[in-house]
Amino acid sequence: MTTASRRPRIAVHKFSSCDGCQLAFLNLGEPLLALAETVDILHFAEAGPVDEEAEVDIAFVEGSVATSQDAARLRGIRERSRYLVTIGACATAGGIQALRNLHDADEWVSGIYASPEQIDLLADSTPIAETVRVDLELWGCPVSGEQVLGATTAMLAGHLPRVDHSAVCLECKRQQAVCVMVAQGRPCMGPVTSTGCGAICPRFQRDCYACYGPAVQANVSALATHLAATGMPAGDIARRLLFINGHAEPFRSEGRDWQARVITRSGREEEPG
Amino acid sequence: MSHTTRTGEIHVPILARVEGEGALELRIAAGRIEELKLRIFEPPRLFEKLLEGRGPQDVIDSVARICGICPVAYQLSAVAAIESILGVTPTPWVEAMRRVMYCGEWLQSHSLHIHLLAAPDFLGYESAPAMARTYPDEVRRGLRLQGLGNEILRTFGGRSVHPVGVCPGGFFHAPEAATIEALREHLAEGLEEARALIAWTAGLPLPEDDQDFVSVSLRHPRDYPITAGRIVSDRGLDLDPADFAQRFREFQVPHSTALHARLDGHPYLVGPLARLNNNLDRLPAELRELLKELGIHFPSCNMFHSIVARAVEIHVAISEALRLTEGYAPAAEPRVEAPARGGVGFGCTEAPRGILWHRYALDDEARVLEARIVPPTSQNQARMEEDLVASLTRVGLDRDDDALRLHGEMVIRNYDPCISCATHFLDFHVLRK
Repeated sequence: MTTASRRPRIAVHKFSSCDGCQLAFLNLGEPLLALAETVDILHFAEAGPVDEEAEVDIAFVEGSVATSQDAARLRGIRERSRYLVTIGACATAGGIQALRNLHDADEWVSGIYASPEQIDLLADSTPIAETVRVDLELWGCPVSGEQVLGATTAMLAGHLPRVDHSAVCLECKRQQAVCVMVAQGRPCMGPVTSTGCGAICPRFQRDCYACYGPAVQANVSALATHLAATGMPAGDIARRLLFINGHAEPFRSEGRDWQARVITRSGREEEPG
Repeated sequence: MSHTTRTGEIHVPILARVEGEGALELRIAAGRIEELKLRIFEPPRLFEKLLEGRGPQDVIDSVARICGICPVAYQLSAVAAIESILGVTPTPWVEAMRRVMYCGEWLQSHSLHIHLLAAPDFLGYESAPAMARTYPDEVRRGLRLQGLGNEILRTFGGRSVHPVGVCPGGFFHAPEAATIEALREHLAEGLEEARALIAWTAGLPLPEDDQDFVSVSLRHPRDYPITAGRIVSDRGLDLDPADFAQRFREFQVPHSTALHARLDGHPYLVGPLARLNNNLDRLPAELRELLKELGIHFPSCNMFHSIVARAVEIHVAISEALRLTEGYAPAAEPRVEAPARGGVGFGCTEAPRGILWHRYALDDEARVLEARIVPPTSQNQARMEEDLVASLTRVGLDRDDDALRLHGEMVIRNYDPCISCATHFLDFHVLRK
């Protein structure tokens, strides 16, 4: 991507998010300084450079589409960028804030703000790809710094990298981690969740909570049925699916399906039957 | 236009080197600031509502997502509140290791702020990479300290952003003795670098700008406050965190999606400078000696000394992590069982940017009925606006827009505003009439 006349240009844009995925750059340490010497970082407000209108080779986008202004800003970024890469669960799947998509967002806003009419917020929080074409999606809450750096290097060399979306289970095997579902009976989401995190939860003796989104060919309904067979109430199964990546299919449909099985009586959840 | 009757409007469309999205709008009429608004337009993510119906572990994992830079602060304020409801008392091992983990976050966040966000202001650079060409050793030292903080976080949480280690009653996992031993070697090296960092920040060309403000922080009977304490001020406030709402009020202003907060109706300061001002006697003796040697005096009412306060707290964090991991052995049981119970509980800890207060009401299955979270940046908003009016007036409103914009941004950055916490920020408007 480097030409005789200029160095590659990159930008990092932010939408609705916690800023944690931008830290994939800011926590790089020495490689951050090296990157700054090989590319021109034209827009990255948190790090200093501000030029939202810049034409770039790679635009990294953090955050979800959440306000009435966001779609127009995003289309502009798309037009001015050769590659557009989403980083993290918000940009790729709408983020944890997409849980409001399943509720009455207006009611939520007025539950927090005394003057809700002053708040510009769309009813749904949506992934970047629902508004513009995306060249590469990097999942994770947060995205992995290694993945971001690896993808950047690949794109600077002129090709889009392949991202491994096999299940966390495979990563556990590679890391020789003891299965927390088999050994401890924990409701691990590893069988249906994409790797990328390094299987940190199972390695810490806890169940995966699906922060890297659905794995390729995830059989979510089989896992949910298994969890129900272990005695997990429908409401808990629904909450397990409808969490960090709850807007992503097939988590969303399966989660809503289990949510619909919950009967609420005097404020308490009851099992059907 | 004469100097005394300057009128017009300044607009900073994107404030750089702050965590989040916001803007500054300034209206000057007849040489006076007529209106100043720190606009925070970060879209709200409605965490307090999305927590409803969720159990304790989901709360801990959700609130981390409020802020990528200080997830541990959110997790530990939440778990303190939840454990008080569940009637769980963590073991001394858990208490100590949570404090070590929190030290990792202070180290990571403060070092990031000093080197990547604040220092370029005082030395006249646009960004840290630009500054690194002239100050390679200083920037690299900063990145190493930030990396050390991240190493602590990974040790206890698997990763530094949204770590996964904390659960009600303790931790999922106790680090191996060998891991802590290796970490301690890095901490010992880091302590030397922290000493040098304090001296370096104290030598930066910081503006003199003393102002009158109230410092609010936690205060602990023995330690420098991090994970627990009473809420105190330098004007005599001394409050149980459960009584926070009696004296602190949050309210909405039209120009911000982050609620403002006031103490008895007045702006106040939270964060490193306020903490240090209120807790000088809680610093380790060796550190007090070092400050004396270097001729650094606190308390201070110059907000620009916040960068020095952060460096001092980096030293506190490293020496505390060293002290608490001396003779480390992994706990056989890194957590105690936490039964489901209902009730109301409060948690208040010192996030890198200041006190972070949580209140939860749980039903008898320990699911959230109601949540309320008051982050440090929303508490500092009113103080930031007050500071901007005073600072910009002092610098001279007749200066050109660029000069005012730069100074305004520099003032704002002292507070290390974390707008994704408070919701976010970046944009500057001046209207001159």
